[in-house]
Formats: sequence, structure tokens, C-alpha cells
Amino acid sequence: MSSDRIFGLVVLGVALAYIASALQIQTSFLSDPVGPKVFPLMIGGVAVLAALVLLLTPDENPEWPKGATWLHLVIALVVLIAYAYSLRPMGFLVPTAIAAGVVSYQISPNLKTAALTGIGLSAGLFAIFKYALGLGLIALPRAMMG
Amino acid sequence: MEILSNLALGFSVALNPFTLFLAVVGCFLGTIIGALPGLGPSNGVAILIPLAFTMGLDATSALVLLTSVYYGAMYGGRISSILLNIPGDEPALMTTLDGYPMARQGRAGDALVISGVASFVGAMLATIGLVIFAPMLARIAYKFGPAEYFALYLLAFATLGGVGSKNQAKAVIATCIGLGIAMIGLDNSTGMPRFTYGNLHMMDGIDFLVAIVGLFAITEVFFFIETHGKGSAIGVKLEKVTIPIKDLIFTSGAMLRGSGIGFIAGILPGAGASLGSFLAYMAEKSVAGKSGRFGQGDPRGIAAPEAGNNAAAGGALIPMLTLGVPGSGTTAVLLALLMTLNITPGPTLFKDNPEVVWGLIASLLIANVVLLIMNIPMVKIFVKVLMVPAWVLLPGVTMISFVGIYSLTGSYFDLVLMVAFGVMGYFLRKLDIPTVPVILGILLGNKMEDNLRNAMVVSNGDWTYLFSSGIAIGLWTAAILGFVAPIFLRRFLKRPPQPLDAEAD
Repeated sequence: MSSDRIFGLVVLGVALAYIASALQIQTSFLSDPVGPKVFPLMIGGVAVLAALVLLLTPDENPEWPKGATWLHLVIALVVLIAYAYSLRPMGFLVPTAIAAGVVSYQISPNLKTAALTGIGLSAGLFAIFKYALGLGLIALPRAMMG
Repeated sequence: MEILSNLALGFSVALNPFTLFLAVVGCFLGTIIGALPGLGPSNGVAILIPLAFTMGLDATSALVLLTSVYYGAMYGGRISSILLNIPGDEPALMTTLDGYPMARQGRAGDALVISGVASFVGAMLATIGLVIFAPMLARIAYKFGPAEYFALYLLAFATLGGVGSKNQAKAVIATCIGLGIAMIGLDNSTGMPRFTYGNLHMMDGIDFLVAIVGLFAITEVFFFIETHGKGSAIGVKLEKVTIPIKDLIFTSGAMLRGSGIGFIAGILPGAGASLGSFLAYMAEKSVAGKSGRFGQGDPRGIAAPEAGNNAAAGGALIPMLTLGVPGSGTTAVLLALLMTLNITPGPTLFKDNPEVVWGLIASLLIANVVLLIMNIPMVKIFVKVLMVPAWVLLPGVTMISFVGIYSLTGSYFDLVLMVAFGVMGYFLRKLDIPTVPVILGILLGNKMEDNLRNAMVVSNGDWTYLFSSGIAIGLWTAAILGFVAPIFLRRFLKRPPQPLDAEAD
């Protein structure tokens, strides 16, 4: 099945769920003539129509990445999410060095340059953000800072 | 006379050392951002917004800094177009067609100077146009009530979808995604939670900056991983740069025509700089007729699109400032900046915050002169910047995005959300679904709904009120035409030809 059709089905499903969810919105007794439901319902309705049109007239398939490239993309994604969660408990320097290094490695698989990029970006950006721009970043895990 | 006194007010705001310093920094950063493939005006400005905000800049300073970046990026895009045959950003695509052949003939320096001057002419004329037309449009905008505003937002989405994308259904879906996301959070007028599913993080709604940085910056990282950073520049050479006076005189007509076309394209909602440069190039080609050597290094083929895209950049500020409706991705990002700073664009902006508007315009004029100076004698510095490899640049962009959003909101939830928007942006772009309507939907969704509901309050629930004034009917007609007409015109207006070995922006 073509990519556009799959996407059309996804949009259709989400739009229907969105409409169902919009119907559950509670209205206050102080509401205006339109109320909080109508506009979301209109959006959902238009999305359903557009999804049906897309299902009927899909474009050509794009060129999707192949096996190994998917792996690179997923690794980058996992690292970025882990980075989001670790920034507060672990401080800035270590997670940034690791995340930047891994992202760099996914773009160009070279251990040495990736490691240097990670360490360099981590230290350089910390210096810029903390001392030049005055952002309140924490360098290391709180436990280690005492 | 009124214009002169307004400009005097503007210069009194802009001509203090700190603001000037910000304009110079903005121009410099902007040119770099524009020149680097993978970073364009919209994602460049997007990652800088949270930083400008956390630095505690006041409204005028933040605006000056980021619009200088915006203008700078428009200048910078041409550098990699000419030297590498890779457009530094989307509007610079047309410049590759004649810029790269000129560079191959050993005239890279000439091409850079011609395009720099053309950029200056386009941006300068457009800024003057902004000075003249923006207050006029603001006066008309006073007549707009909720019904007109609702129709206006519809017009923006319709033309953006009609002109800006290849498949109408995809543009509609993109708009719905944006509008749908905007609905999340507490309802403005009744205070009822919508689509929050009991999650406290969702009560405030989704911060549009998180969405913008995710869709523009993080998406770019995934694309670079997919292509493994092909297209980064190694070994660019640029010999001595001289000023080719003959060519400048020869191309002056092309610059003026390109500026005019670009300016008009910029004002139209949804058209923006890419269309401006495309139309300017095509027009110049037909004006030149058989005498042109377009595609083989004709200097007019650089002058026209560069003047066009810079003029469009200025023109696009007009609807954004006077109506609060952006005409392009980057002006959508600038609108996000204004909203973050609690400035409501629209006709009242000119009355309530004249120092912001005119300070901005004055600093645009200053930025232009600074950019001309930076981009001709100092162009070699920016050529060096092109050597930054993708495997340093993109991790850097990612980290700056994270720090920016984190220092703005202080929540890991928003960081995860930003990554999620990045993933969404990747799939959307893969499927050729435009991301700008998503952004615009998130930005304008609540206002669009508020105006619809206010209109119904005024008319006591009578839906025909939406079509009750001449302006409203005109806007509805334009919206329908803007959405439907491109289906038929597309046969005649082919997409701009892609340069042979260029990767997508």
C-alpha cells in the first residue's frame, strides 16, 4: 500500500478519535452561542474529508531510508529522549557530551571526531550559555555538587 | 511628513549603541545561518527565540536582533548556492541556476558581489515599501471585525495550502494538525479543559515555540542523519573579490523588476520568498528573451531572484505586522516571537507600540547597510564558515535547541514534546506534507476560534453574519480562489527546476 494511503488512514483514525474526544468536552452553563465544542468538531470534520481525498488520490511514494539508516535514526531518537530526561538530574556537561557525540556519530561514523565533537560542544556551549549569556545551567549532577 | 516623523522616532530607538550592536550581531549570525546548508531563516530564527527570551532582552531589542538574523539569512543563502550549488535555504534555490555556472567559470567573486548588491536593492526597496504600505494597510485593518478576521485567517490557510504545496489535501491535513494542536489546553472563554486527558502538562496547551523548534530544527537533524551529511562543503576556493561595475549596471533593470515582483509575492499570504524568487527569475528570463544565457551563468539570473527573495522577505512583514497574519514560515516564527513578548500584532500595534514598529523598521534599514558592508568586502569570512562539517553543526544545533527550550520552560516534558515534533516533522516532510501550515495553525488556531465565537456572540448565533460585510465576502472569495485556482494554474506554472546534484534544502 502506498505511503500516502497509510498516512491517510492514520489521519482518518486520529481525526475520528479527535471528534469523539471533542464530543466529550464539557460545556459551561455560561457558554457563548458556539461553545467550546464546535470549532474542534469543524477541524476534525475537515481533517476527515482531507484524509478521504488523500486515500483516493495518493501521490507517488517517497524514497524511504533503508535498514541501517533506520537504525541510525532510531538510535538518535532514543538518545535525544534520554537526553531530555537526564538534563535535570545529571547536570549539563555529561549528558550533552554523550548526546552530541552520538548524534555526530550517526551523521558521520567516525569515533574520534564524534568524541571530540561531543566533548567540544559540551564544554564550549556550557561556557557560552553560562558565562556569556548568563543562563542558569548546572554543570554536574546535584549529588556531586554537594 | 507623518512618515518622516515616524522614521525619526524609529531611528531614535534604533540608534543607541546596544541596539546597533544587536543589529550587527544579528546580521552576522544571520548570514552564517543562511549560508550553512541545513540552516535557513525559519529554523535559524526559531532556535534563537528561546535564547533571546532567556537573555532577558526587551521587546524592541529582541525584535531587532531576530529580524536582523532574518534579513541576514536571506543574504547568506546565496553564498552556498553560488559556491556549492546547494541552496543555503529554500528561497536561494533559484540562485543556484546561474550562480553556480558563473562560479565554475571562475567568476564566483563577481557572482557574490552582484547577488549581494541585488539583495541590498531588493531588501531596501521592500523596507521602503513597508514604510509606505504598512500604515495604509493598518488603517484598512481597523475596519476588520471578528467576521473579517475569521475570513482573513481562512484566506491565509487557503493560499498557503493552494500556492505553497503540490497537493491540496495534504495542505489541508497539515492545517488541521496545527489547528487541532492549538485546541489543546483550557478553553479561552469557558475555562473548560480540552484534549488534556487529565495530564497537567497539557493544561497550559502546547507551547508553540516547542513545536516550532521541534519541527524546524530537530527534523533537520533526522534528515542529516538519513543523508549522512552529504553536501557539506570541503575545499571551496574563492579568489580575489572585485566589483564588476559593468555587470552591476547591466543587471540594474533585473534587480528593480525582481524587487517589485518579490515585494508583491511577499505581501500575499502564503506565497513568501521562495515564490518571489521563482517568479522574479521566470519574469527576467522572458524579458531577456533570446539575448539571455539563463542557466549558463547569466548575471541577470542571479540579480533577479536575489532581489526577489529579499524584497519578498520585507514584503512578508507587512501582513504579519498589520494583520497578525504571517505570509511565510519565517514570518510565522517572527509572529511567535511577538506573541512570546506579549505584543499583539495588528492595526493597534502601530498606535499602541509605535516605538516597537518604527524601531524595527529603522533597524531593518540599518541592518541592510550593515549587511551590504558585511557581504561584499567580508564575504571571505563567511566562505570559511561553510567549511563547518555537518557532524559538528547538527549536534550543535540540537544542543542549542535543547538548552533554549529547557531554559525557557524548565520542563523535561517540553523537551520530549520537542523531539516528538521533530519525529512528526520528519514523516511530514518525507510525505511531502508542508510543515508551515502546521506552525501557522498552532499559532493562529485560538485566535481563529475566538474570532468565530465573538462573531457569533455579536450576531447572536446567526451564521450568515460571517458573510455580512463587503470585506468579509471579498476575503472569502479570495480564499476560495487562492485554494482552487492553483489546481488549474499548476499545469502552466511548473515547479522550479531542481539543480542537478543539489540535495533538498
